[in-house]
Amino acid sequence: MSRTHVSCNINGDDAEFLCDAGESLLDALRDEMRLMGAKEGCGTGDCGACSILMDGRLQCSCLIFAPEADGATIVTVEGIAAGDDLHPLQQCFLEGAALQCGVCTPGFIVAAKALLDRNPDPTETEVRYALAGNLCRCTGYDKIIRSVLAAAARITRETEEVLG
Amino acid sequence: MTITEQKPSYRYVGTRPVRHDGLDKVVGKARFAADLVLPGMLHGHILRSPHAHARILSIDTARAAAMPGVRAIISGADFPDLPADDPERNMTRNLMARDKVMYEGHAVAAVAATTRRQAKEAAEAIEVTYEVLPHVLEIADAMEPGAPLLHEDMITTGVDPEPSEPSNVSNRTCYERGDVDAALAAADIVVEGEFTTKPIHQGYIEPHACVADTGQDGKTVIWCSSQGHFRVRSQTAAMLGWDTSRIKVIPAEIGGGFGGKTTIYLEPLATELSARAGRPVKLVMSRDEVFRATGPTPGSRIRLKLGATNEGRITAAVARLDYEGGAFPGVWAMLGCMCVVSPYNVENFVLEGFEVVVNKPVNAAYRAPSAPMAAFATDTLVDEIAQQVGMDPIDLRLLNCPAEGDTAPYGPKWPVIGLRECLEAIRDSEHYRSKPAAGHGRGLASGFWFNIGEASSATVNLNENGTATVVTGSPDIGGSRASMALMAAEELGIDVHAIQPVVGDTEVVGFTDVTEGSRATFATGMAVVEACRDLKGQLRGRAAKMWECDVDDVEWADGHATHSGGEHEPMALAAITAEAGRTGGPLGATASLNARGAGPAFSVQVVDVSVDDETGRVTVERYTTAQDAGTAIHPDYVEGQMQGGVVQGIGWALNEEYIHDTDGTMENPGFLDYRIPVASDLPMIETIIVEVPNPNHPYGVRGVGEVGIVPPLPALANAIHDATGARIRDLPMSPPRVLAAITAGDGDGG
Repeated sequence: MSRTHVSCNINGDDAEFLCDAGESLLDALRDEMRLMGAKEGCGTGDCGACSILMDGRLQCSCLIFAPEADGATIVTVEGIAAGDDLHPLQQCFLEGAALQCGVCTPGFIVAAKALLDRNPDPTETEVRYALAGNLCRCTGYDKIIRSVLAAAARITRETEEVLG
Repeated sequence: MTITEQKPSYRYVGTRPVRHDGLDKVVGKARFAADLVLPGMLHGHILRSPHAHARILSIDTARAAAMPGVRAIISGADFPDLPADDPERNMTRNLMARDKVMYEGHAVAAVAATTRRQAKEAAEAIEVTYEVLPHVLEIADAMEPGAPLLHEDMITTGVDPEPSEPSNVSNRTCYERGDVDAALAAADIVVEGEFTTKPIHQGYIEPHACVADTGQDGKTVIWCSSQGHFRVRSQTAAMLGWDTSRIKVIPAEIGGGFGGKTTIYLEPLATELSARAGRPVKLVMSRDEVFRATGPTPGSRIRLKLGATNEGRITAAVARLDYEGGAFPGVWAMLGCMCVVSPYNVENFVLEGFEVVVNKPVNAAYRAPSAPMAAFATDTLVDEIAQQVGMDPIDLRLLNCPAEGDTAPYGPKWPVIGLRECLEAIRDSEHYRSKPAAGHGRGLASGFWFNIGEASSATVNLNENGTATVVTGSPDIGGSRASMALMAAEELGIDVHAIQPVVGDTEVVGFTDVTEGSRATFATGMAVVEACRDLKGQLRGRAAKMWECDVDDVEWADGHATHSGGEHEPMALAAITAEAGRTGGPLGATASLNARGAGPAFSVQVVDVSVDDETGRVTVERYTTAQDAGTAIHPDYVEGQMQGGVVQGIGWALNEEYIHDTDGTMENPGFLDYRIPVASDLPMIETIIVEVPNPNHPYGVRGVGEVGIVPPLPALANAIHDATGARIRDLPMSPPRVLAAITAGDGDGG
């Protein structure tokens, strides 16, 4: 079977890969690009462990066919930090003990970034609903929610400092 | 919040440093088992039974073997058939069916091929001929005379005289004390009820995964996600009929387990496929396979009768606990008997448990296994007693509260326990002292779990720059590496981030039992402390050499050697390790031990709920949990265990259940239809860490991993009763069931 050629931008770099027509974008990211940060927890779009940003929108990469990524701009958990500088979400997840086993963490970081990109000052309820598509079985969500709120406050503070 | 009694002051223990493995996990670098790729690696796929119960007449692999990319095919006949008395026999027959399939999803054959798709298509091309047999799914049906037999040779043990006929009951357990008939006759109040729960899955987000690479020397290396790689080694060896020395198991990061990864499903299959193909083989389960073929925790049917005085003292308990183990028997009913009335001093009881097999997936441990269902029955009825005698439910529990020296229902004397302190912590909490909001109902419950010790090993090596490496054999399932580093930092007096905690494979660290029974921080922590204390003795000796003084004149304090006569300035650990080459060589120590005296765990929880009377939906409005941690080594991760346990219990109480159709096919094998709690379902989970130190641990640790899941089932049932007047005795308390109970006006209406 001939394979499909896909050109896209992943985490700021131009990328190309070959994939099967029916292959998921998650499988392509993991198998072709060796980006192992997005995880398969269910394969049916129910757990959010495979969350990515595609053209700025939060998506379950297990529900997207890899050829659909042609021409798209994709951000995975590996692209959230700016070089060695962690994103405030990553810093706050560490400081707030927002992970136990850590397998859902990449999805939560990506989903929370999608939230803060469009709503930099969410309420607790808004955070809870924005992350309702991401399953965590370890934490009971408490420390995740607190860490996202802490990251939002930190981003706001840093923005204000920059703006003077 | 932390409530502590006479805790020594520590420099590191009790602080909240960033965990050592955290960075890799927030940037996507942490390696879980499914992330491993080896050169030449093949992909495996398992063919599973479509039938709940059937005899395998033939397996024809000819067509599959001829398909592109296929390198190996195996089935049950390719593994040795263990003798009937081998303790691992049922495990091996669960991993790959022999003769019969026992549940829908039971593994029948496996294929290794170049790509995942090739493996899947080839597995589906294997032709299996079945003779479908009658099946049985529910406890009551399985115990009926004439029920379809899962195991034609299973004779119930624990019954006198021994039955002459086989049945689906593998074992009867009984604990008795006093004269229960007389106590019930004398009781002022008798309450009773029958309670049922469904099988529940552990629901870890990471499906089971492994890679096996079997070499031409007949040895294999396995990378896998498990709660205990030494058990992976021994169980894999048992199934293959290999000597364990042929198997090396390297633990990957584990994406949740909750008891469900204390046993194996894939590793011997991947190893055998790899041996036949001469290439590494990866096996990764789908979520569907996880639901159909792993876990769950047993469904149960519990009948309980309690007698009490008008003053609220519980005087008698009669319990009959039936637990379904899935297709092979477990020890679930026995554990239920041991837990069912343990938070109460009861003088007279008969606690009888039956272990039942049904045509469902073989059960695995799930966080305080068997205790939540038992507590559901007990703490619901205790709530009824409190109501009938007009007592505050905490006062009633304090009146019946066991303390050190009392005899636990399952035999031993209670050591130092913190149940009273947990009850008092909730009683004194702002949550309990404030009234529930208008229309909300409040429920309270307590829970018990044993905790265990078992075998652990640790090696601590000091590096020349004064840092340390701590190697243990306990997979880190929720932050235990940080706890190991904190205890080592406290002992050695060096910064917690100067310590690198490592989970070592089966060839670099001494034998260590599975991370289960809330034992890692307790038992493996003891091994770390023991190794560090050995090292401190060595460090004193090296300082004495450098100072040319008697070792008895050297003490170790705050990370420094100090001279008792004051003749030398204190010398930092790094100054000693820098000179180690000239004073006797590298500094390292190993400790291996059987940890005894795991302190029992108790939790007391209070919850406020609202109930939508049009839909029956229950909303958790406020939740507070108090739990005795002994000593919280890393309070963030103690709170995390408490919160995680509570939320799993909330899911169990309100939503989760295995649903099978009449053919025995699971109807909800995905997270859409098997709905675990999501963030928008929940409030914050308020925690009160109670610290009643365990005298058997150098820092007073008692395990914290499990007991938090025990009280939510009855706490929510009691809260729903408080809100609606309905007493619900069957889980889950999902909207249709709650609505039906409200509409029917179930319960006492009180």
